[in-house]
Amino acid sequence: MTEPTPMLTPEGQPAASPDLEPPPLQAPEVRTRGWQALTPRGRKQRLDRLAELAAVHADEKGRSLWAEAFRRLRRNPAAVIGAVILLLFVLVALIGPFFVPYSPTSTEWADQVKEGQNIIPGPSAEHWFGLDHNGRDEFSRVIVGARQTLLVGVVATTLGLTVGCLIGGLAGAAYGLGGRRGRQIDNFMMRIIDMLLAMPSLLLAVSVAALLGPSLITVMIAVGVISVPVFARLLRGSMISQAHAEYVTAATALGVRRGKVAIGHVLPNSLAPVLVQATLTLATAIIEAAALSFLGLGNPDPAVPEWGVMLTDALTRLEVAPRLTVYPAIGIIITAFGFTLLGEAMRESLDPKLRR
Amino acid sequence: MLLEVEDLAVTFRDDREVRAVDGVSFAVDAREVVGLVGESGCGKSVTSLALIGLLANQNTRRVRVEGRASFDGLDLLRADARTLRDIRGREIAMIFQDPLSSLNPVVPIGVQVAEVLIRHRGASKPEAMRRAAELLERVGIPDPTRRLKEYAHQLSGGMQQRALIAMAVACRPRLLIADEPTTALDVTIQAQILELLKELVREDGTAMIMITHDLGVVAGLCDSVNVLYAGRVVESAGRHSLFGRPVHPYTVGLLRSIPRLDEDRGARLTPIRGSVRDVLPWAQGCAFAPRCDRAIEECLAGPPPLAGVAHTYRCVNPEALP
Amino acid sequence: MLRYVVRRLLQLIPTLLGLSLILFIWLHRLPGGPETAILGERGTPESRAQLRHDLGLDQPLWIQYGRFMRRMLTGDLGVSISTHRPVVTEFAERFPGTVELTVSALLLAIGLGIPLGYLAARRRGSMVDHGSVAGSLLGVCVPIFVLAYLVKEVFAVKLGWFPAAGRQDVTIDATRVTNFYILDGILTGEWDAAADALKHLVLPAVTLATIPLAIIVRMTRASVLEVLGEDYVRTAQAKGLTENTVRRRHVMRNALLPVVTTIGLLTGGLLSGAVLTETVYAFTGIGQFIAESIDHRDYPVLMGFIMFIAIIYVTVNLLVDLSYGLIDPRVRVR
Repeated sequence: MTEPTPMLTPEGQPAASPDLEPPPLQAPEVRTRGWQALTPRGRKQRLDRLAELAAVHADEKGRSLWAEAFRRLRRNPAAVIGAVILLLFVLVALIGPFFVPYSPTSTEWADQVKEGQNIIPGPSAEHWFGLDHNGRDEFSRVIVGARQTLLVGVVATTLGLTVGCLIGGLAGAAYGLGGRRGRQIDNFMMRIIDMLLAMPSLLLAVSVAALLGPSLITVMIAVGVISVPVFARLLRGSMISQAHAEYVTAATALGVRRGKVAIGHVLPNSLAPVLVQATLTLATAIIEAAALSFLGLGNPDPAVPEWGVMLTDALTRLEVAPRLTVYPAIGIIITAFGFTLLGEAMRESLDPKLRR
Repeated sequence: MLLEVEDLAVTFRDDREVRAVDGVSFAVDAREVVGLVGESGCGKSVTSLALIGLLANQNTRRVRVEGRASFDGLDLLRADARTLRDIRGREIAMIFQDPLSSLNPVVPIGVQVAEVLIRHRGASKPEAMRRAAELLERVGIPDPTRRLKEYAHQLSGGMQQRALIAMAVACRPRLLIADEPTTALDVTIQAQILELLKELVREDGTAMIMITHDLGVVAGLCDSVNVLYAGRVVESAGRHSLFGRPVHPYTVGLLRSIPRLDEDRGARLTPIRGSVRDVLPWAQGCAFAPRCDRAIEECLAGPPPLAGVAHTYRCVNPEALP
Repeated sequence: MLRYVVRRLLQLIPTLLGLSLILFIWLHRLPGGPETAILGERGTPESRAQLRHDLGLDQPLWIQYGRFMRRMLTGDLGVSISTHRPVVTEFAERFPGTVELTVSALLLAIGLGIPLGYLAARRRGSMVDHGSVAGSLLGVCVPIFVLAYLVKEVFAVKLGWFPAAGRQDVTIDATRVTNFYILDGILTGEWDAAADALKHLVLPAVTLATIPLAIIVRMTRASVLEVLGEDYVRTAQAKGLTENTVRRRHVMRNALLPVVTTIGLLTGGLLSGAVLTETVYAFTGIGQFIAESIDHRDYPVLMGFIMFIAIIYVTVNLLVDLSYGLIDPRVRVR
């Protein structure tokens, strides 16, 4: 049989094809020299050369989960897009209000608006987005509204995350470390969480809002409460599966103290899904907040602009001035989409199953 | 010759290119049992999967297959999907390593056996189920009619593998490829399964390719053996010739590293120096050279050519001559 | 199997009990107390005191809770403040409409979502795949009421293909049997009524279906991708089975298991979505009623609804759990 011509080396470079002779029909003379016949220096040279040639695949550095995840994230186009959107949004929200042309609450152009005749002035040189139904500059309102919206999202998510992780963390710790009593405590806490999950999010929010009266704070708290069971479940589940993980058994067997195991090992590994969920929750928080405003539970004072409230007001005037709906709607949709893209990309990059 | 594999090469392409199979050639005659032996990562599983087109993404940019695999005149590596589907299960069957994960957990065992007959023999459902019970009995599963309705998780590991064997031999294929069928099983079950395979193969006149890392399995079962290293066949011989007078330093090393009952107690074991990672690309020389005590200058000059006639080997400084 | 069902039903009870307790406490903690909820701001001190006595609010708390529970168990969820009719009656009247809406939306989402998810998984990396993933991510990012208005504006107002509001045209004199309008039309042979009701259902159902569709596509795709990498799929292929057989018996039967669970979890979201969708389309189901009740601060209605929803939600999840036992034989042996 003829010798196969290697076309590619393992590194993917085209290999030079050696000019090979057809194989001998008889076995060549058996040479018995080999290693034993070399001088010590010769052997060392041989070893060095072999090591050099064999070292082509020695690029495996150990990487931590986070570093590896970040590296993969950087190359993921969805993650990049999401991150860019996010950055833009935060920038506009934080810095935008300092650069708006007019005050978002000033109604000095109210005389230009004649709702009875269906006249609401559209975009012009002075008002890039036109006026809203109360005669305020729409552009300024949209920019400043970003800040309120971001605030609602962040506060609600932080609330849900903190309370949820507290509950979930306690439940998970009780389960893992508390023995039989611990498991009962965990069981009990999870029943309560299940009850909260049993209510559709909107109704949960409505209940809270009804108790507190309509305001922006109400919306923040209500949306935050919605995400509490999600985080609780998540962290608890994560901690429990970590508690069963073999590396925990191994660490304990090596004598590492339980506390150190919990904080130094279990917790960091449980945090990843929480981070992912926080990003995704931010997206849904913004949308839920808008829905609550739509149902009349948001801030009744329309002076301070917030995209959800602006959207609700604009929808009733859809025929007259559709653009008033478009601006806050696009804002909400794109922002939520950006967070979602990033969150999903994070989830993928932190998934150990996809690691190579 | 039932199957002739010539210079099979499989290159995976993800982040970098990896040539998992780097020019493998062997042949299987009708009714012959051929062994493919090697350590993990030497390419033996990839070889068998490539033969019947089961590699994920086979023949796309990500997985490139070269060479020829001539089965009864048809080149398996160039056949279209439809032809391959007809051949699989009927002419060439395959069993895998982990029997539990190889069975569909939500479908009864009987159906999984019967579906082969329905597909390839056009059997009706009741007829196929009847035949399935017969097959289960043939492979040594007690109370087969009851088992037909049972699910994978209700069977022990050994019985799961037997069920898989039943599926494989249902249509009396001409070639059976067994990829480490006993590695995941207990030692006592291993022996039973191997005996079963031996018997079936003899009764039906099936040829078999036995892929394993266990030389003991090979010694008891195979007519001829191919030893793989780093994606190439480094020694190929009939059973007696290989075990009686191994030639390639790798084969010798493998045989020598097996602990023997007649050694002195306290005698040291002799493993092969180094690890699988200490490898040289074949293009630059003998891949085994870094670990070989008999390596000489010529080993680093380029890939060692194939030598020998009936007992072939790829070495320029072998331990012995065949 | 029966023991499993009974056990799960028993587990429901503490959950529902706990929920009722929460509701009870919530009602009491409303600013101004329950009498404000019922009388509103208009109550004079005398009428409030009278009401307190009538409602037994001067009794110890646990007696009140007992009466509350007894009322609830007999199906008395109170009286609506705005309509002055029993809450249960209002619900019974409007529930069929919402059922029609949510069931159609769910069927749409499943019918489109599962095949699309499978296709996306099968053709991983293709336009179909990327499009489906992007689409499903986007779908959850659009507030449903915005979508509802948009769809209404385009298909009802501008194009006029479908009616913009309501469940039935006022000009059609339809006989009501079950309050499921389409069913009623079929039962009474009034085909025009049935067709008309169907037309009114289309836009709201499509709007409501978007979020479940997005979720089902994602879930199916992920599940199918995972199953495709399993050894038993490789075995099925090694047996030379046809594409169809492999897909039906080996891939889908395993991939759909988590999707079924997801569908159960969707019910909550569907109801929230129904509230918003029905409002935009003036669809007289429970959802719209709830939206109005929120506006009017009609607390008896809201409370009754919460209890009602909880029961539905846990029932649906129970059904999903049970069906899991039916489809996954590994779960059965308990």
